[in-house]
Amino acid sequence: MSFNNLDTLYRQVIMDHYKNPRNRGVVNGDSLTVDMNNPTCGDRIQLQLQIEDGMVKDAKFDGEGCSISMSSASMMTQAIKGKRVEDALKMSKIFSNMMLGEEVDSELDLGDIQALQGVSKFPARIKCATLAWKAMEKGVHEE
Amino acid sequence: MDAKAIRQMFPILDQEINGHPLVYLDSSATSQKPIPVIEAVDNYYRQNNANVHRGVHTLGSRATDQYEGAREKVRRFINASSTAEVIFTRGTTTAINTVASSFGRANVKAGDEIVITQTEHHSNIIPWQQVAKVTGATLKFIPLQEDGSITLEDARNTITPNTKVVAIAHVSNVLGTIHPIKEIAKIAHDNGAVILVDGAQGAPHMKVDVQDLDCDFYAFSGHKMCAPTGIGVLYGKKQLLEEMEPIEFGGEMIDFVNLYDSTWKELPWKFEGGTPIIAGAVGLGAAIDFLNEIGMDTIHEHEKKLAVYVMERIRTIDGINVYGPENRASLVTFNLDDVHPHDVATALDSYGIAVRAGHHCCQPLMKWLNVAATARASFYMYNTEEDVDQLVDGLLKTKEFFGNVF
Repeated sequence: MSFNNLDTLYRQVIMDHYKNPRNRGVVNGDSLTVDMNNPTCGDRIQLQLQIEDGMVKDAKFDGEGCSISMSSASMMTQAIKGKRVEDALKMSKIFSNMMLGEEVDSELDLGDIQALQGVSKFPARIKCATLAWKAMEKGVHEE
Repeated sequence: MDAKAIRQMFPILDQEINGHPLVYLDSSATSQKPIPVIEAVDNYYRQNNANVHRGVHTLGSRATDQYEGAREKVRRFINASSTAEVIFTRGTTTAINTVASSFGRANVKAGDEIVITQTEHHSNIIPWQQVAKVTGATLKFIPLQEDGSITLEDARNTITPNTKVVAIAHVSNVLGTIHPIKEIAKIAHDNGAVILVDGAQGAPHMKVDVQDLDCDFYAFSGHKMCAPTGIGVLYGKKQLLEEMEPIEFGGEMIDFVNLYDSTWKELPWKFEGGTPIIAGAVGLGAAIDFLNEIGMDTIHEHEKKLAVYVMERIRTIDGINVYGPENRASLVTFNLDDVHPHDVATALDSYGIAVRAGHHCCQPLMKWLNVAATARASFYMYNTEEDVDQLVDGLLKTKEFFGNVF
């Protein structure tokens, strides 16, 4: 029998990103905008990406949702800013493997994102954590 | 009523979740199943399974008898005047869609009106949006009071001689409002409209007499009233059903099939194309027997007491917002200040308490409430005051937990 300890999910750093989101707002200048929502629960995110010469120059988000979806968006924008697009996509892959409970590849510095590892123990909440990453992938592929 | 004894009939409730005894407060989404229902389905597959209405062999007769026997149980349960008026469907959604696609598209014309409320479940909004789009009719909403209920005066002002269909929930799945169906049916009929009642949250919890309500259609789901998933009922007045065309064509529903045209079986089978949900119907029959043994009035009284108790207790929590009217069915929808309902539901689950969080298939209502999502605890005959105490206790712990991590 699995025992879901709340502390493994709601780590301090997650709650910090939820309460004090980084990169919340709009990008100044040219950017692409992706709207995505989770129709089963009503969470929604608007992600803006400024991509120049294969680099994510800026990333901002706005939206409404639970602590997991919003903190994940905050952490993601922080992580992909200044990264090459292919590295951002690589991180997204690592993140989705992390959500499947797999060991993470440590080649890229995931920083705060590691704190979301506990979400894999809460299957119903994985979609909350991956919402922002799905939006990023969609935006990059449209670009 | 001895809820604790009744609880013994539901084996699933006797388990631990995350190290705590399960407190199941999500019966509005789906109810749990008692032993007699589980055994009826099991026994049907072990002893009597065959296709219905076709076989000459003994198993075919047994399966047909059980399937049609369940229809008679449903007829008595809702006091329909004939089994011709009881159509088995996949659930409430299919039942409403059948009426919208068949009756709606044939009878609603450009310039006509369809009247609903903003508190309806998506399954009682979207089928009517589609009818309005195809026919050029207008969708109108009975205005809501501050607590989300409606008044008969507003119903009278919204329903006009141009109204062809009034579609409304018996009980709101979010606010718990119990709508005055009998009175609204009278207003609809005075204006020459038909009324469809979404009974998904009504039939499981209170005595329903379709003749007394004088509704033209009443739709409900088996799985919310102790039966398996995948079985539901569309009740319709015989005269209306006779005038309606089927929407699914194929086996089971035909009389004669020629090369270029065909004729339909009589009611209710003309609406039951394909091999029906036989085991589901058998399970529904067993569920009705189970509910009747306890008594629908007894169940309703028990739930009324629980509703009063939960409202009294939950209000003692600082920073809680409760939505909906005071007088309600036994469910409570709420939000805790500063904690998203998904986080509330995850926290409660860690204490073994199952509640629902999200938009509850009511996005237009969420918009009206001006929230993105809410949490909901809903009760059935197997819930007790101790379950309410556990909920309140769990919410206090949730508040403390999120208060500390922030």
